[in-house]
Amino acid sequence: MSAINWPGVWAIFHHEMMRFFRTIMQSLLSPVVSTVLYFVVFGAAIGGRIQSVDGVPYGAFIVPGLMMLTVLQQSVSNASFGIYFPKFSGTIYEYLVSPVGWIEVTAGFVGAAAAKAILIALVILLTSFGFVGVQIAHPFWMLGFLFLTALAFSLLGFIIGLWAKSFEQLQIVPMMVITPLVFLGGAFYSASMLPPFWEGVAKLNPVLYLISGFRWSFFGLADVPVGVSLFAVMLMIGVCFGIIRWIFATGWRLRE
Amino acid sequence: MAGIIEIENLSKQYGSGTKALSDVSLSIEEGEIIALLGPNGAGKTTLISIICGLVVPTGGSVRVGGHDIATDWRAARRLIGLVPQEIALEPFETVMNSVRFTRGLYGEGRDDAWIEQVLRSLALWGKRDAATKELSGGMKRRVLIAKALSHKPKVLFLDEPTAGVDVALRREMWQVVEQLRRDGVTIILTTHYLEEAEEMADRVGVIDRGRLVLVKPTAELMGEFGRKTLTIELDAPLTRIPDRLDGRGLRLAADGRALAYDYDTRAERTGIARLLGDLAAEGVTVRDVSTRQSNLEEIFMTLVSETRQEVTA
Repeated sequence: MSAINWPGVWAIFHHEMMRFFRTIMQSLLSPVVSTVLYFVVFGAAIGGRIQSVDGVPYGAFIVPGLMMLTVLQQSVSNASFGIYFPKFSGTIYEYLVSPVGWIEVTAGFVGAAAAKAILIALVILLTSFGFVGVQIAHPFWMLGFLFLTALAFSLLGFIIGLWAKSFEQLQIVPMMVITPLVFLGGAFYSASMLPPFWEGVAKLNPVLYLISGFRWSFFGLADVPVGVSLFAVMLMIGVCFGIIRWIFATGWRLRE
Repeated sequence: MAGIIEIENLSKQYGSGTKALSDVSLSIEEGEIIALLGPNGAGKTTLISIICGLVVPTGGSVRVGGHDIATDWRAARRLIGLVPQEIALEPFETVMNSVRFTRGLYGEGRDDAWIEQVLRSLALWGKRDAATKELSGGMKRRVLIAKALSHKPKVLFLDEPTAGVDVALRREMWQVVEQLRRDGVTIILTTHYLEEAEEMADRVGVIDRGRLVLVKPTAELMGEFGRKTLTIELDAPLTRIPDRLDGRGLRLAADGRALAYDYDTRAERTGIARLLGDLAAEGVTVRDVSTRQSNLEEIFMTLVSETRQEVTA
Protein backbone atom coordinates (compact mmCIF):
# COMPACT_ATOMS: atom_id res chain seq x y z
CA MET A 1 0.00 0.00 0.00
CA SER A 2 1.27 3.47 -0.88
CA ALA A 3 2.63 5.47 2.05
CA ILE A 4 0.48 8.42 1.04
CA ASN A 5 -3.28 8.03 0.65
CA TRP A 6 -3.57 10.01 -2.60
CA PRO A 7 -7.31 9.38 -3.11
CA GLY A 8 -7.71 10.80 0.41
CA VAL A 9 -5.78 13.95 -0.56
CA TRP A 10 -7.88 14.32 -3.70
CA ALA A 11 -11.13 13.80 -1.74
CA ILE A 12 -10.28 16.68 0.62
CA PHE A 13 -8.95 18.93 -2.17
CA HIS A 14 -11.98 18.29 -4.39
CA HIS A 15 -14.39 18.76 -1.47
CA GLU A 16 -12.85 22.16 -0.65
CA MET A 17 -12.76 23.31 -4.28
CA MET A 18 -16.41 22.36 -4.72
CA ARG A 19 -17.31 24.66 -1.84
CA PHE A 20 -15.44 27.45 -3.65
CA PHE A 21 -17.29 26.80 -6.91
CA ARG A 22 -20.66 26.58 -5.13
CA THR A 23 -20.20 30.25 -4.18
CA ILE A 24 -18.24 31.26 -7.28
CA MET A 25 -19.80 34.72 -7.58
CA GLN A 26 -19.02 35.59 -3.99
CA SER A 27 -15.60 33.95 -4.19
CA LEU A 28 -14.45 35.80 -7.28
CA LEU A 29 -16.59 38.90 -7.52
CA SER A 30 -15.85 40.23 -4.06
CA PRO A 31 -12.04 40.41 -4.45
CA VAL A 32 -12.37 41.80 -7.98
CA VAL A 33 -14.68 44.59 -6.82
CA SER A 34 -12.30 45.39 -3.95
CA THR A 35 -9.39 45.54 -6.38
CA VAL A 36 -11.24 47.87 -8.71
CA LEU A 37 -11.90 50.15 -5.75
CA TYR A 38 -8.21 50.09 -4.83
CA PHE A 39 -7.31 51.06 -8.39
CA VAL A 40 -9.82 53.91 -8.29
CA VAL A 41 -8.66 55.21 -4.90
CA PHE A 42 -4.91 54.54 -5.04
CA GLY A 43 -4.34 54.51 -8.78
CA ALA A 44 -6.52 57.39 -9.89
CA ALA A 45 -6.71 59.63 -6.81
CA ILE A 46 -3.25 59.18 -5.27
CA GLY A 47 -1.61 58.14 -8.53
CA GLY A 48 -2.48 61.59 -9.84
CA ARG A 49 -0.07 63.04 -7.29
CA ILE A 50 2.61 60.30 -7.48
CA GLN A 51 3.56 60.00 -11.11
CA SER A 52 5.98 57.09 -10.78
CA VAL A 53 8.06 55.07 -8.32
CA ASP A 54 11.56 54.22 -9.49
CA GLY A 55 10.39 54.86 -13.04
CA VAL A 56 7.31 52.62 -12.83
CA PRO A 57 3.89 54.34 -13.20
CA TYR A 58 2.20 54.31 -9.80
CA GLY A 59 -0.91 52.51 -11.10
CA ALA A 60 1.25 49.63 -12.35
CA PHE A 61 3.50 49.76 -9.26
CA ILE A 62 0.64 48.80 -6.91
CA VAL A 63 -0.48 45.77 -8.97
CA PRO A 64 1.93 43.26 -7.29
CA GLY A 65 1.03 44.72 -3.89
CA LEU A 66 -2.69 44.32 -4.58
CA MET A 67 -2.14 40.75 -5.75
CA MET A 68 -0.11 39.98 -2.62
CA LEU A 69 -2.76 41.60 -0.41
CA THR A 70 -5.39 39.35 -1.96
CA VAL A 71 -3.24 36.21 -1.90
CA LEU A 72 -2.39 36.67 1.76
CA GLN A 73 -5.96 37.41 2.82
CA GLN A 74 -7.51 34.66 0.70
CA SER A 75 -4.91 32.03 1.62
CA VAL A 76 -5.31 32.64 5.32
CA SER A 77 -9.10 32.89 5.30
CA ASN A 78 -9.68 29.89 2.97
CA ALA A 79 -7.34 27.57 4.84
CA SER A 80 -8.40 28.65 8.32
CA PHE A 81 -12.11 28.38 7.51
CA GLY A 82 -11.57 25.10 5.65
CA ILE A 83 -10.24 23.24 8.69
CA TYR A 84 -12.20 25.21 11.31
CA PHE A 85 -15.61 24.40 9.80
CA PRO A 86 -15.30 20.60 10.31
CA LYS A 87 -14.22 21.31 13.88
CA PHE A 88 -17.25 23.55 14.35
CA SER A 89 -19.74 21.16 12.70
CA GLY A 90 -18.25 18.05 14.33
CA THR A 91 -17.31 16.39 11.03
CA ILE A 92 -13.62 16.57 12.00
CA TYR A 93 -14.04 13.04 13.36
CA GLU A 94 -14.09 11.77 9.78
CA TYR A 95 -10.55 12.99 9.18
CA LEU A 96 -9.33 11.56 12.47
CA VAL A 97 -10.75 8.04 12.05
CA SER A 98 -9.99 7.56 8.36
CA PRO A 99 -6.63 6.38 6.98
CA VAL A 100 -5.37 9.89 6.26
CA GLY A 101 -2.44 11.32 8.22
CA TRP A 102 -1.31 14.89 8.78
CA ILE A 103 0.37 15.06 5.37
CA GLU A 104 -2.80 14.12 3.49
CA VAL A 105 -5.05 16.42 5.53
CA THR A 106 -2.63 19.34 5.19
CA ALA A 107 -2.05 18.74 1.48
CA GLY A 108 -5.81 18.60 0.81
CA PHE A 109 -6.84 21.70 2.75
CA VAL A 110 -3.74 23.83 2.11
CA GLY A 111 -3.55 22.80 -1.55
CA ALA A 112 -7.17 23.88 -2.10
CA ALA A 113 -6.73 27.15 -0.18
CA ALA A 114 -3.58 28.02 -2.15
CA ALA A 115 -5.23 27.08 -5.46
CA LYS A 116 -8.20 29.36 -4.74
CA ALA A 117 -5.93 32.24 -3.72
CA ILE A 118 -3.77 31.88 -6.86
CA LEU A 119 -6.87 31.74 -9.06
CA ILE A 120 -8.24 34.94 -7.54
CA ALA A 121 -4.83 36.67 -7.79
CA LEU A 122 -4.65 35.82 -11.49
CA VAL A 123 -8.18 37.19 -12.01
CA ILE A 124 -7.04 40.39 -10.30
CA LEU A 125 -4.02 40.56 -12.61
CA LEU A 126 -6.34 40.23 -15.59
CA THR A 127 -8.60 42.93 -14.13
CA SER A 128 -5.63 45.26 -13.69
CA PHE A 129 -4.87 45.02 -17.41
CA GLY A 130 -8.09 46.95 -17.92
CA PHE A 131 -6.76 49.87 -15.86
CA VAL A 132 -3.01 50.01 -16.36
CA GLY A 133 -0.36 48.64 -18.65
CA VAL A 134 1.56 46.00 -16.68
CA GLN A 135 4.56 44.16 -17.99
CA ILE A 136 5.97 41.13 -16.23
CA ALA A 137 9.79 41.02 -16.36
CA HIS A 138 10.17 37.49 -14.94
CA PRO A 139 6.92 35.53 -15.52
CA PHE A 140 8.36 32.25 -14.20
CA TRP A 141 9.47 33.88 -10.95
CA MET A 142 6.16 35.72 -10.70
CA LEU A 143 4.31 32.41 -10.75
CA GLY A 144 6.89 30.88 -8.42
CA PHE A 145 6.55 33.66 -5.81
CA LEU A 146 2.78 33.55 -6.18
CA PHE A 147 2.73 29.81 -5.52
CA LEU A 148 5.20 29.89 -2.61
CA THR A 149 3.47 32.84 -0.92
CA ALA A 150 0.04 31.26 -1.33
CA LEU A 151 1.43 28.03 0.11
CA ALA A 152 3.13 29.78 3.06
CA PHE A 153 0.06 31.76 4.07
CA SER A 154 -2.31 28.87 3.49
CA LEU A 155 -0.17 26.89 5.94
CA LEU A 156 -0.39 29.81 8.38
CA GLY A 157 -4.18 29.95 7.89
CA PHE A 158 -4.39 26.20 8.46
CA ILE A 159 -2.60 26.64 11.80
CA ILE A 160 -4.99 29.46 12.72
CA GLY A 161 -7.96 27.22 11.89
CA LEU A 162 -6.56 24.40 14.00
CA TRP A 163 -5.92 26.80 16.88
CA ALA A 164 -9.22 28.70 16.76
CA LYS A 165 -11.98 27.75 19.16
CA SER A 166 -14.49 30.30 17.87
CA PHE A 167 -15.34 32.28 14.75
CA GLU A 168 -14.09 35.38 16.57
CA GLN A 169 -10.63 33.85 17.00
CA LEU A 170 -10.76 32.79 13.36
CA GLN A 171 -11.21 36.42 12.28
CA ILE A 172 -8.93 38.15 14.73
CA VAL A 173 -5.52 37.08 13.39
CA PRO A 174 -6.21 37.97 9.73
CA MET A 175 -7.82 41.25 10.79
CA MET A 176 -5.38 42.36 13.47
CA VAL A 177 -2.11 40.92 12.11
CA ILE A 178 -2.16 39.99 8.41
CA THR A 179 -3.92 43.05 6.96
CA PRO A 180 -1.79 45.61 8.90
CA LEU A 181 1.40 43.77 7.95
CA VAL A 182 0.44 43.87 4.27
CA PHE A 183 -0.42 47.57 4.36
CA LEU A 184 2.81 48.34 6.22
CA GLY A 185 4.80 45.93 4.07
CA GLY A 186 4.96 48.13 1.01
CA ALA A 187 1.85 47.05 -0.86
CA PHE A 188 1.27 50.61 -2.01
CA TYR A 189 4.72 52.18 -1.68
CA SER A 190 8.41 51.36 -1.83
CA ALA A 191 10.26 51.11 1.48
CA SER A 192 12.90 53.37 -0.05
CA MET A 193 10.31 56.18 -0.03
CA LEU A 194 10.34 56.11 3.81
CA PRO A 195 12.77 58.06 6.04
CA PRO A 196 15.83 55.88 6.93
CA PHE A 197 14.57 55.06 10.46
CA TRP A 198 11.15 53.90 9.25
CA GLU A 199 12.71 52.04 6.36
CA GLY A 200 14.66 50.04 9.00
CA VAL A 201 11.47 49.40 10.95
CA ALA A 202 9.64 48.33 7.77
CA LYS A 203 12.33 45.73 7.11
CA LEU A 204 11.35 43.98 10.33
CA ASN A 205 8.03 43.18 8.65
CA PRO A 206 8.27 39.71 7.04
CA VAL A 207 5.56 40.58 4.49
CA LEU A 208 7.83 43.27 3.03
CA TYR A 209 10.18 40.53 1.82
CA LEU A 210 7.34 38.72 0.02
CA ILE A 211 5.99 41.85 -1.66
CA SER A 212 9.50 42.96 -2.58
CA GLY A 213 10.34 39.64 -4.24
CA PHE A 214 7.03 39.57 -6.05
CA ARG A 215 7.42 43.15 -7.26
CA TRP A 216 10.90 42.28 -8.49
CA SER A 217 9.39 39.56 -10.69
CA PHE A 218 7.25 42.28 -12.33
CA PHE A 219 9.58 45.26 -12.62
CA GLY A 220 13.05 44.03 -11.64
CA LEU A 221 12.88 46.42 -8.63
CA ALA A 222 13.21 45.26 -5.03
CA ASP A 223 13.50 46.77 -1.53
CA VAL A 224 15.56 43.76 -0.40
CA PRO A 225 17.64 41.25 -2.40
CA VAL A 226 15.44 38.70 -4.13
CA GLY A 227 17.40 35.82 -2.61
CA VAL A 228 16.46 37.10 0.86
CA SER A 229 12.80 37.20 -0.20
CA LEU A 230 12.99 33.62 -1.42
CA PHE A 231 14.69 32.51 1.80
CA ALA A 232 12.05 34.29 3.90
CA VAL A 233 9.15 32.52 2.20
CA MET A 234 10.88 29.13 2.30
CA LEU A 235 11.65 29.62 6.00
CA MET A 236 8.03 30.43 6.70
CA ILE A 237 6.88 27.30 4.84
CA GLY A 238 9.32 25.13 6.83
CA VAL A 239 8.31 26.59 10.21
CA CYS A 240 4.58 26.20 9.43
CA PHE A 241 5.03 22.55 8.36
CA GLY A 242 6.89 21.90 11.64
CA ILE A 243 4.09 23.43 13.72
CA ILE A 244 1.38 21.49 11.84
CA ARG A 245 3.25 18.23 12.28
CA TRP A 246 3.52 18.91 16.01
CA ILE A 247 -0.22 19.69 16.26
CA PHE A 248 -1.18 16.41 14.60
CA ALA A 249 1.38 14.39 16.59
CA THR A 250 0.14 15.71 19.92
CA GLY A 251 -3.54 16.06 18.97
CA TRP A 252 -3.57 19.62 20.35
CA ARG A 253 -6.97 21.24 19.64
CA LEU A 254 -7.86 18.18 17.54
CA ARG A 255 -8.30 15.21 19.84
CA GLU A 256 -9.12 17.11 23.03
CA MET B 1 -8.50 -18.40 15.99
CA ALA B 2 -7.90 -14.72 16.68
CA GLY B 3 -10.96 -12.48 16.59
CA ILE B 4 -11.37 -9.64 14.11
CA ILE B 5 -10.77 -7.30 17.06
CA GLU B 6 -8.33 -8.22 19.82
CA ILE B 7 -8.16 -5.82 22.75
CA GLU B 8 -5.48 -6.49 25.36
CA ASN B 9 -5.11 -4.72 28.71
CA LEU B 10 -6.37 -1.45 27.30
CA SER B 11 -6.20 1.56 29.63
CA LYS B 12 -6.83 5.25 29.30
CA GLN B 13 -6.09 7.92 31.86
CA TYR B 14 -6.80 11.51 30.89
CA GLY B 15 -4.48 14.39 31.75
CA SER B 16 -6.89 15.45 34.49
CA GLY B 17 -6.20 12.11 36.22
CA THR B 18 -9.59 10.60 35.33
CA LYS B 19 -9.22 6.91 34.61
CA ALA B 20 -11.64 6.22 31.78
CA LEU B 21 -10.58 2.61 31.06
CA SER B 22 -8.78 0.09 33.26
CA ASP B 23 -7.13 -3.00 31.85
CA VAL B 24 -9.87 -3.94 29.37
CA SER B 25 -9.36 -7.13 27.35
CA LEU B 26 -11.87 -8.41 24.82
CA SER B 27 -11.92 -10.56 21.70
CA ILE B 28 -14.63 -9.96 19.10
CA GLU B 29 -15.39 -12.60 16.50
CA GLU B 30 -15.98 -11.78 12.85
CA GLY B 31 -19.66 -11.42 12.01
CA GLU B 32 -20.96 -11.09 15.55
CA ILE B 33 -22.92 -8.23 17.06
CA ILE B 34 -21.74 -7.17 20.47
CA ALA B 35 -23.50 -4.56 22.60
CA LEU B 36 -21.57 -2.54 25.15
CA LEU B 37 -23.75 -1.47 28.03
CA GLY B 38 -22.93 0.87 30.83
CA PRO B 39 -24.05 4.00 32.61
CA ASN B 40 -23.00 7.47 31.44
CA GLY B 41 -19.26 7.95 31.79
CA ALA B 42 -18.62 4.21 32.13
CA GLY B 43 -16.01 4.22 29.36
CA LYS B 44 -17.99 2.83 26.40
CA THR B 45 -17.33 5.76 24.07
CA THR B 46 -13.69 5.95 25.19
CA LEU B 47 -13.24 2.29 24.22
CA ILE B 48 -14.77 2.86 20.78
CA SER B 49 -12.84 6.10 20.32
CA ILE B 50 -9.53 4.37 21.00
CA ILE B 51 -10.20 1.57 18.50
CA CYS B 52 -11.27 4.07 15.84
CA GLY B 53 -8.31 6.41 16.38
CA LEU B 54 -9.99 9.37 18.08
CA VAL B 55 -8.33 8.82 21.45
CA VAL B 56 -4.79 7.65 22.19
CA PRO B 57 -4.63 4.93 24.89
CA THR B 58 -2.19 5.16 27.80
CA GLY B 59 -1.68 1.38 27.94
CA GLY B 60 -2.45 -1.88 26.19
CA SER B 61 -2.97 -2.72 22.54
CA VAL B 62 -5.71 -3.21 19.94
CA ARG B 63 -5.51 -5.21 16.73
CA VAL B 64 -8.15 -4.96 14.02
CA GLY B 65 -8.01 -7.70 11.41
CA GLY B 66 -4.49 -8.45 12.67
CA HIS B 67 -3.32 -4.83 12.23
CA ASP B 68 -2.13 -2.91 15.28
CA ILE B 69 -4.03 0.40 15.53
CA ALA B 70 -0.86 2.26 16.61
CA THR B 71 1.81 0.88 14.28
CA ASP B 72 -0.30 -0.23 11.31
CA TRP B 73 -3.07 2.34 11.68
CA ARG B 74 -3.81 2.88 7.99
CA ALA B 75 -4.57 -0.80 7.38
CA ALA B 76 -6.53 -1.07 10.64
CA ARG B 77 -8.66 1.99 9.90
CA ARG B 78 -9.51 0.81 6.40
CA LEU B 79 -11.41 -2.06 8.03
CA ILE B 80 -13.45 0.17 10.31
CA GLY B 81 -16.57 2.29 9.87
CA LEU B 82 -17.80 4.59 12.64
CA VAL B 83 -21.28 6.00 13.19
CA PRO B 84 -20.81 8.64 15.88
CA GLN B 85 -23.24 9.45 18.62
CA GLU B 86 -23.73 13.08 17.56
CA ILE B 87 -25.17 13.84 14.14
CA ALA B 88 -22.31 15.62 12.40
CA LEU B 89 -22.80 16.41 8.70
CA GLU B 90 -21.85 19.26 6.41
CA PRO B 91 -25.20 21.02 6.06
CA PHE B 92 -24.84 22.22 2.45
CA GLU B 93 -23.42 19.01 1.00
CA THR B 94 -25.69 16.59 -0.85
CA VAL B 95 -26.17 13.07 0.45
CA MET B 96 -24.43 11.54 -2.58
CA ASN B 97 -21.39 13.84 -2.41
CA SER B 98 -21.12 13.41 1.33
CA VAL B 99 -20.95 9.60 1.00
CA ARG B 100 -18.56 9.83 -1.98
CA PHE B 101 -16.30 12.10 0.07
CA THR B 102 -16.04 9.61 2.93
CA ARG B 103 -15.23 6.81 0.50
CA GLY B 104 -12.42 8.95 -0.93
CA LEU B 105 -10.98 9.59 2.54
CA TYR B 106 -10.62 5.84 2.95
CA GLY B 107 -8.48 5.71 -0.17
CA GLU B 108 -11.12 4.08 -2.35
CA GLY B 109 -11.83 5.09 -5.93
CA ARG B 110 -15.24 6.31 -7.02
CA ASP B 111 -17.86 3.53 -7.08
CA ASP B 112 -21.31 5.01 -7.60
CA ALA B 113 -22.88 1.57 -8.07
CA TRP B 114 -21.88 0.58 -4.52
CA ILE B 115 -23.02 3.92 -3.10
CA GLU B 116 -26.36 3.49 -4.88
CA GLN B 117 -26.71 0.05 -3.29
CA VAL B 118 -25.94 1.45 0.17
CA LEU B 119 -28.30 4.39 -0.22
CA ARG B 120 -31.09 2.15 -1.51
CA SER B 121 -30.67 -0.26 1.40
CA LEU B 122 -31.01 2.68 3.78
CA ALA B 123 -34.00 4.15 1.90
CA LEU B 124 -31.97 7.25 1.01
CA TRP B 125 -31.69 6.89 -2.75
CA GLY B 126 -34.59 9.27 -3.33
CA LYS B 127 -32.76 11.89 -1.27
CA ARG B 128 -29.37 11.50 -2.92
CA ASP B 129 -29.37 15.04 -4.34
CA ALA B 130 -30.83 16.69 -1.25
CA ALA B 131 -28.61 18.81 0.98
CA THR B 132 -28.18 17.10 4.34
CA LYS B 133 -29.65 20.12 6.15
CA GLU B 134 -32.98 19.38 4.45
CA LEU B 135 -33.23 15.89 5.94
CA SER B 136 -35.08 14.71 9.04
CA GLY B 137 -33.13 13.54 12.10
CA GLY B 138 -33.69 9.89 11.22
CA MET B 139 -32.49 10.39 7.66
CA LYS B 140 -29.40 12.21 8.86
CA ARG B 141 -28.58 9.27 11.10
CA ARG B 142 -28.97 6.94 8.13
CA VAL B 143 -26.65 9.17 6.09
CA LEU B 144 -24.05 8.69 8.83
CA ILE B 145 -24.48 4.92 8.47
CA ALA B 146 -24.18 5.20 4.67
CA LYS B 147 -20.95 7.18 5.07
CA ALA B 148 -19.59 4.60 7.49
CA LEU B 149 -20.40 1.83 4.98
CA SER B 150 -19.09 3.68 1.93
CA HIS B 151 -15.73 1.86 1.90
CA LYS B 152 -17.17 -1.61 2.70
CA PRO B 153 -15.80 -1.92 6.25
CA LYS B 154 -15.54 -5.30 7.95
CA VAL B 155 -16.27 -3.77 11.35
CA LEU B 156 -18.93 -1.17 12.09
CA PHE B 157 -19.09 0.82 15.31
CA LEU B 158 -22.45 2.29 16.22
CA ASP B 159 -22.20 4.70 19.14
CA GLU B 160 -25.67 5.08 20.62
CA PRO B 161 -27.33 4.63 17.20
CA THR B 162 -30.84 5.30 18.42
CA ALA B 163 -30.18 7.92 21.08
CA GLY B 164 -32.96 10.48 21.04
CA VAL B 165 -34.95 8.94 18.21
CA ASP B 166 -38.59 7.84 18.35
CA VAL B 167 -39.74 4.26 18.70
CA ALA B 168 -40.61 3.83 15.00
CA LEU B 169 -37.19 5.01 13.92
CA ARG B 170 -35.51 2.81 16.50
CA ARG B 171 -37.24 -0.22 14.97
CA GLU B 172 -36.12 0.98 11.55
CA MET B 173 -32.51 1.13 12.78
CA TRP B 174 -32.75 -2.37 14.16
CA GLN B 175 -33.82 -3.58 10.73
CA VAL B 176 -30.79 -1.87 9.19
CA VAL B 177 -28.49 -3.57 11.70
CA GLU B 178 -30.16 -6.91 11.02
CA GLN B 179 -29.49 -6.45 7.30
CA LEU B 180 -25.83 -5.65 8.03
CA ARG B 181 -25.56 -8.78 10.15
CA ARG B 182 -26.83 -10.80 7.18
CA ASP B 183 -24.16 -9.13 5.05
CA GLY B 184 -21.52 -10.41 7.47
CA VAL B 185 -20.48 -7.08 9.00
CA THR B 186 -19.15 -7.28 12.57
CA ILE B 187 -21.02 -4.73 14.67
CA ILE B 188 -20.06 -3.18 17.97
CA LEU B 189 -22.74 -0.94 19.41
CA THR B 190 -23.11 1.04 22.57
CA THR B 191 -26.54 1.76 23.83
CA HIS B 192 -28.55 3.07 26.72
CA TYR B 193 -31.57 1.13 25.50
CA LEU B 194 -31.10 -2.28 26.98
CA GLU B 195 -34.03 -3.51 24.96
CA GLU B 196 -31.90 -2.75 21.93
CA ALA B 197 -29.06 -4.97 23.10
CA GLU B 198 -31.52 -7.71 24.00
CA GLU B 199 -33.10 -7.50 20.56
CA MET B 200 -29.97 -7.38 18.42
CA ALA B 201 -26.79 -8.46 20.18
CA ASP B 202 -25.22 -11.92 20.13
CA ARG B 203 -23.15 -10.94 23.15
CA VAL B 204 -23.39 -8.25 25.77
CA GLY B 205 -20.45 -6.55 27.46
CA VAL B 206 -21.09 -4.57 30.60
CA ILE B 207 -18.74 -1.66 31.34
CA ASP B 208 -18.83 0.16 34.63
CA ARG B 209 -16.33 2.77 35.86
CA GLY B 210 -13.87 1.90 33.10
CA ARG B 211 -13.83 -1.83 33.78
CA LEU B 212 -15.30 -4.55 31.61
CA VAL B 213 -17.41 -6.20 34.27
CA LEU B 214 -18.71 -9.07 32.18
CA VAL B 215 -19.07 -10.37 28.62
CA LYS B 216 -21.59 -13.10 27.89
CA PRO B 217 -23.88 -14.33 25.14
CA THR B 218 -27.13 -12.41 25.50
CA ALA B 219 -29.30 -15.52 25.91
CA GLU B 220 -26.94 -17.02 28.50
CA LEU B 221 -26.88 -13.77 30.44
CA MET B 222 -30.65 -13.60 30.44
CA GLY B 223 -30.92 -17.18 31.61
CA GLU B 224 -28.20 -16.93 34.21
CA PHE B 225 -29.04 -13.64 35.78
CA GLY B 226 -32.71 -13.46 34.96
CA ARG B 227 -35.19 -13.23 37.78
CA LYS B 228 -38.65 -14.44 37.05
CA THR B 229 -41.97 -13.32 38.38
CA LEU B 230 -44.67 -15.92 38.98
CA THR B 231 -48.18 -14.50 38.74
CA ILE B 232 -50.88 -16.60 40.42
CA GLU B 233 -54.44 -15.79 39.41
CA LEU B 234 -56.95 -16.63 42.11
CA ASP B 235 -60.46 -18.01 41.78
CA ALA B 236 -61.82 -15.77 44.51
CA PRO B 237 -60.36 -12.44 45.61
CA LEU B 238 -58.38 -12.15 48.85
CA THR B 239 -58.60 -9.21 51.21
CA ARG B 240 -55.10 -9.86 52.60
CA ILE B 241 -52.18 -12.31 52.29
CA PRO B 242 -52.76 -15.33 54.59
CA ASP B 243 -50.50 -15.42 57.68
CA ARG B 244 -48.88 -18.72 56.66
CA LEU B 245 -47.60 -17.03 53.42
CA ASP B 246 -46.39 -13.88 55.07
CA GLY B 247 -42.66 -13.02 54.80
CA ARG B 248 -42.10 -14.54 51.34
CA GLY B 249 -42.24 -11.29 49.41
CA LEU B 250 -45.66 -11.98 47.93
CA ARG B 251 -47.56 -9.03 46.48
CA LEU B 252 -51.34 -8.93 46.35
CA ALA B 253 -52.95 -7.18 43.38
CA ALA B 254 -55.18 -4.18 44.15
CA ASP B 255 -58.34 -6.15 43.22
CA GLY B 256 -57.18 -9.11 45.34
CA ARG B 257 -57.43 -11.51 42.39
CA ALA B 258 -53.71 -12.17 41.83
CA LEU B 259 -50.52 -12.82 43.77
CA ALA B 260 -47.04 -11.99 42.40
CA TYR B 261 -43.94 -13.89 43.53
CA ASP B 262 -40.36 -13.02 42.48
CA TYR B 263 -37.80 -15.83 42.39
CA ASP B 264 -34.23 -16.32 41.25
CA THR B 265 -33.80 -18.86 38.46
CA ARG B 266 -30.23 -19.52 39.72
CA ALA B 267 -31.44 -20.51 43.20
CA GLU B 268 -31.34 -24.18 44.17
CA ARG B 269 -34.90 -23.97 45.40
CA THR B 270 -37.27 -21.48 43.88
CA GLY B 271 -39.92 -22.06 46.55
CA ILE B 272 -42.70 -22.38 43.98
CA ALA B 273 -43.78 -25.90 44.95
CA ARG B 274 -43.95 -24.98 48.63
CA LEU B 275 -45.87 -21.80 47.86
CA LEU B 276 -48.48 -23.61 45.80
CA GLY B 277 -48.79 -26.28 48.53
CA ASP B 278 -49.32 -23.65 51.22
CA LEU B 279 -51.93 -21.88 49.10
CA ALA B 280 -53.85 -25.17 48.77
CA ALA B 281 -53.53 -25.75 52.52
CA GLU B 282 -55.03 -22.29 53.16
CA GLY B 283 -57.95 -23.21 50.90
CA VAL B 284 -57.01 -20.67 48.23
CA THR B 285 -58.01 -21.95 44.79
CA VAL B 286 -55.60 -21.15 41.97
CA ARG B 287 -57.17 -20.45 38.57
CA ASP B 288 -54.04 -19.92 36.48
CA VAL B 289 -50.27 -19.29 36.75
CA SER B 290 -47.86 -17.48 34.44
CA THR B 291 -44.21 -16.41 34.56
CA ARG B 292 -42.35 -13.37 33.23
CA GLN B 293 -38.57 -13.13 32.82
CA SER B 294 -36.85 -9.96 34.00
CA ASN B 295 -35.44 -7.91 31.14
CA LEU B 296 -31.86 -6.90 30.47
CA GLU B 297 -32.31 -3.58 32.19
CA GLU B 298 -33.06 -5.31 35.48
CA ILE B 299 -30.17 -7.73 34.93
CA PHE B 300 -27.86 -4.83 34.16
CA MET B 301 -28.80 -2.96 37.31
CA THR B 302 -28.25 -6.13 39.36
CA LEU B 303 -24.83 -6.69 37.81
CA VAL B 304 -23.60 -3.15 38.27
CA SER B 305 -24.74 -2.96 41.88
CA GLU B 306 -23.22 -6.40 42.64
CA THR B 307 -19.88 -5.34 41.13
CA ARG B 308 -19.83 -2.06 42.99
CA GLN B 309 -20.54 -3.88 46.26
CA GLU B 310 -17.62 -6.26 45.55
CA VAL B 311 -15.29 -3.35 44.82
CA THR B 312 -16.38 -1.52 47.99
CA ALA B 313 -15.97 -4.68 50.10
